[in-house]
Amino acid sequence: MSRNPDAVPANRTAEQVVRFDDVSMRYGRGPDVLRDLDFSLAPGSFHFVTGPSGAGKTSLLRLIYLAARPSKGQVSLFGQDVAEAPPSARPQLRRRIGVVFQDLLLLDHLSAFDNAALPLRIAGRKPADYRTDVAELLTWVGLGGHMQAMPPTLAGGERQRLAIARAVVNRPEILLADEPTGNVDPDMALRIFRLFVELNRLGTTVLIATHDQDLIARSGRPVLHLERGRISTRPPQGPQPPGPQPVAAP
Amino acid sequence: MSERFDPLRWRPAPFLPEREARDAALIFVVAVLCFLACLTAMGVIAGDRAARGWTEQLTGEATVIVRPRGGETPDAAAIRATETLAGTPGVSEARALEPAKAYDLIRPWLGDISDLEDLPVPRLVAVTLDRKHPADAKQLNAALKAQGIDATVDDHSIWIKDIRRAGRLVRWLGAGVFVLIAAAAAAVVAFATRAGLASRRDVVEVLHMSGAEDGYIARLFQIRFARLAGLAGGIGALAAGVLVAILRIAGGGQGLTPALPLAWSDILAVLPCPLLAAGVAAGVAQFTAMRLIRDMQ
Repeated sequence: MSRNPDAVPANRTAEQVVRFDDVSMRYGRGPDVLRDLDFSLAPGSFHFVTGPSGAGKTSLLRLIYLAARPSKGQVSLFGQDVAEAPPSARPQLRRRIGVVFQDLLLLDHLSAFDNAALPLRIAGRKPADYRTDVAELLTWVGLGGHMQAMPPTLAGGERQRLAIARAVVNRPEILLADEPTGNVDPDMALRIFRLFVELNRLGTTVLIATHDQDLIARSGRPVLHLERGRISTRPPQGPQPPGPQPVAAP
Repeated sequence: MSERFDPLRWRPAPFLPEREARDAALIFVVAVLCFLACLTAMGVIAGDRAARGWTEQLTGEATVIVRPRGGETPDAAAIRATETLAGTPGVSEARALEPAKAYDLIRPWLGDISDLEDLPVPRLVAVTLDRKHPADAKQLNAALKAQGIDATVDDHSIWIKDIRRAGRLVRWLGAGVFVLIAAAAAAVVAFATRAGLASRRDVVEVLHMSGAEDGYIARLFQIRFARLAGLAGGIGALAAGVLVAILRIAGGGQGLTPALPLAWSDILAVLPCPLLAAGVAAGVAQFTAMRLIRDMQ
């Protein structure tokens, strides 16, 4: 297994944002979809997760955003063992994580603006405190002219950007994205990637599950590779960015 | 885009859609149940009033059967018994009934025979008792015996017992029907909550993953179903109130019939219905939603 300074064996550091100790996971009585995972993510790191379909990428993300529980081992977030966190603490942990779901999970009866503002409402913020921020964010992701649009009326790429806007609007400490460039053309994929890089520059730990080898190669970011439920780290491919430099604009 | 969007004028939209296709069916079913519950409540109130009225009437009266003794004529015995009873404490009035009334009472058993008047038919004395301190059968019997009058006092206590028992039965039956209807309404709301949660699983999931507490999500469904049930309760109560008003007007002075003496004040019984319906729905929706949300995790 290769090593890099950001994703390291779990026992090397205690101050990691995400930490897996000997974690396995299965659905029901099925076979393990993840096996004996030992790794951690440093604050402010940026990783891709790759692997063939069914390798366990989505399951890995689900464990981090607390949608699933490990069948074995310990998952820690922000230095806290999530199994020991009381149920009342889990919503607070989730608010520190932004997720771009593979199937986006936009609410079709809410406008783009309402969808994007959702995490801020959940956090109990007053509309007057955030509505201009939400408008700026939507404009930044190219949805300035679609703030009142309902998700079903948006194009695939627009829906994807709306899901990303919702995931990042609360300035999460961890951003997880499951195939965020799956439905968009290469140019849009690069724009989305630049957005993630920008967030990462502001301190957010980013983990992106993707099949897009071209994007990975051009990004110069380290990769966590999943195969048959086991993980290995791979060093950055291609030109590495000086500091948190994003790939060149198209 | 049709018009320019001003973020400063934005107001958060409700997380759950305000209207769902199945709302109309749910409102209809709960409104029908509330309508039946209101009718039951008003029926119980009117039935209770009828039972109380009959009891009051019977406790205020007694009937004395006087049999002539020795050479005394039936009429003389009746007059003597009337005088004795009229002077007894706890009696406000005693009145000998005309012989024809006694003949009328026994004619159904004997048939329409011509020489009925020749039979030694006992005379009847109707006694009106003092409402505040009524004399009981024992006191009346003692007074009659003291005067050597052969008589039987019927203070209607058997009927009073029966009427009271029937009144209690009506009340319990009414309460039972009311509880059944409330349980059916609760089951309908629980079913609707489950269906609502299933069809809005996306909302639950997104809110959940965005860090909403279980109680916050459950409250959305609680408020939604409480509002729907409150509306349905209002419709059911209004319909029941209108129906009772029509029956009251059509029935004239006695309500609907002497057996169901509806009063205008009975209509007030429908007032708590919307609140009760909303309360039951809120409780059931909260319980169901919390359980389902926990099961999702």
